[in-house]
Amino acid sequence: MGGSWLQYVAGGLTAGAIYALVALGFSIVYHASHAINFAQGEFVMIGGMSAVSLVALGLPLWIAVPLAVAGAVIVGLLVQRLALERAQSGGQADVVTLIIITIGVALFLRGLAQLVWDKRIHALPAFSGSEPITIGGATVLPQSLWVLGGAAVAVLALGWFFNRTLYGKAMRATAINPLAARLMGISTRGVMRTSFALAAALGALGGVLTAPITFTSTDIGVMLGLKGFAAAMLGGLGSFGGAVAGGLLLGLIEGLGAGFVSSAYKDAIAFVVILAVLFFLPGGLVGARRSERV
Amino acid sequence: MTPSRSAAGAPAQDVAASGPAQPNPRRPLGRVAVRAFEVVVGLAPRGPQLGALALVLALLPFTFANNYFYEVAILVALNAIVCVGLNLLIGYAGQISLGHAGFYALGGYGSAIAAARWGWPVWASMPAAVLAVGALAWLVGRPTLRLKGHTLAMATLGLGVIVSIVLTNEDRITGGPDGMAVPPLVLAGRTLQGEPVWYGIAAAALWLAVWLAGNLIDSPVGRALRALHGSEVAAETLGVDSARWKLIVFVISALFAATAGALTAHYAGFITPSKASFLHSVELVIMVVFGGMASVWGAVLGALVLTVLPQALTVLKDYEMMVFGAVLVITMVFFPRGIVPTLARLASKG
Repeated sequence: MGGSWLQYVAGGLTAGAIYALVALGFSIVYHASHAINFAQGEFVMIGGMSAVSLVALGLPLWIAVPLAVAGAVIVGLLVQRLALERAQSGGQADVVTLIIITIGVALFLRGLAQLVWDKRIHALPAFSGSEPITIGGATVLPQSLWVLGGAAVAVLALGWFFNRTLYGKAMRATAINPLAARLMGISTRGVMRTSFALAAALGALGGVLTAPITFTSTDIGVMLGLKGFAAAMLGGLGSFGGAVAGGLLLGLIEGLGAGFVSSAYKDAIAFVVILAVLFFLPGGLVGARRSERV
Repeated sequence: MTPSRSAAGAPAQDVAASGPAQPNPRRPLGRVAVRAFEVVVGLAPRGPQLGALALVLALLPFTFANNYFYEVAILVALNAIVCVGLNLLIGYAGQISLGHAGFYALGGYGSAIAAARWGWPVWASMPAAVLAVGALAWLVGRPTLRLKGHTLAMATLGLGVIVSIVLTNEDRITGGPDGMAVPPLVLAGRTLQGEPVWYGIAAAALWLAVWLAGNLIDSPVGRALRALHGSEVAAETLGVDSARWKLIVFVISALFAATAGALTAHYAGFITPSKASFLHSVELVIMVVFGGMASVWGAVLGALVLTVLPQALTVLKDYEMMVFGAVLVITMVFFPRGIVPTLARLASKG
């Protein structure tokens, strides 16, 4: 009993770390533009699939992984530059319009990925062996530790960036009041691009880290995008701490739900919990209780 | 709040302001054309438009070469019903629903299960299923619509996923992932079948939906909603109970979706859980935004284009999804308010 508990918790946290990375991507873009970027899940797919291809070309992992993340960042910047920036420059693009554009981008990227790669399921070799480690009765793959560690490093680095660097502070200022930020000489356009690049990098990192465990294919983006969005909402959209908490919690609920209730209903259980949380804590777990400016 | 946003929230005022303010006596013909365009696209009294829609719907079958055209037309009309309802929610109440496919599928499954498993007559099972879906929407909408932001999007997304999972897993009742057979629609002892008959039903239902939506928009409810879209705070200080109106519109849009879902199920004689999928929900939202938010005709056009386009794109095979995505992005970049409202603005500027 105790062992199975730990086992489900370990599995849940591993999945949750990936959701947290995707949710952070949602939150960063939402922070900057108030739009929900439904192409976020596709960055996870691009990260995982590019890493698989680069490794197949014979590159070692320590080169393939940064290259895959960089590739996703370039795609993210292109999306922002070619589609979203143009729509916003007209000045009459609603948030809903931006959301639809990101859905179109997601479909385009998935279609393109099916042409570039194939529709089969691929696996990336584990970063450091596949011999399971036993921790307190639960067996854990070394890759799970990579996922948790990688996610933790990414979160800490982001925290440092947003709280300690000038540019990070400029990005937060833009989120609070874009007009005032521009008057202070901050390029809001640059902030938007950086937000997209960061979101793409986080998604791709998640995709690369998890590819040895859950495998990867061109259609994993939809469900990961949904889960990431749900995790971001659970934590409080736009809150970075909330995104991490929401992601881990969502993973835990899923892991425990699948273990103790029903694996067929694990997604349903997760969404029931999210709905219940939203009904009682509308701002999410860490949502800011701020008054609205008129 | 930029001026363009508030203008688009209330298209009628926008034209009223820009029309007489910049008279162009040298081009009377141009003004007549603009006026005619306004009548067609929904910025003027609705009588002639409803007449035109009835005429188009009645004359359309004469252009159909074979049954396939009927099938596509029925599909377009039924999707358009969902879109007209969803457009009230997105375009007027300013809320996104990512779970309307759930309501659509529940309308179909509800009626199918009541008719096939419990032996209800279809004329009773359909309204019962639709009303039950309305009640569900009310239950979900009541706590969420008091909140701001994307909460409704999340709640409906969750609901849609849950509905889809339940429909797939409860295979003793729903037939599981393979779906279930749906009994045909029987009215007064006559089984309604065949494409021309169903085209008539779908076209009549669509006309009714457009008529109802138009009435709602022109009613005090519609005025309250437009005020909300302009500025929620300002509307509330004037006594508009925003949560209540949003809830009413949300329930109405769910009723429209459930009706279309039930009709589709009885027409096709079959229903699968894919009807409740997230992708189907997204498709419905895309139809509304593509055609044009806050425009009943935009919703109909969106349903038409996005139902026919995938059929046409199947010839592209592997490129289908890519081209579909690209068309969507390009349209939204160049027509950010959707096709119909953007064209209407261009026309009214002369």
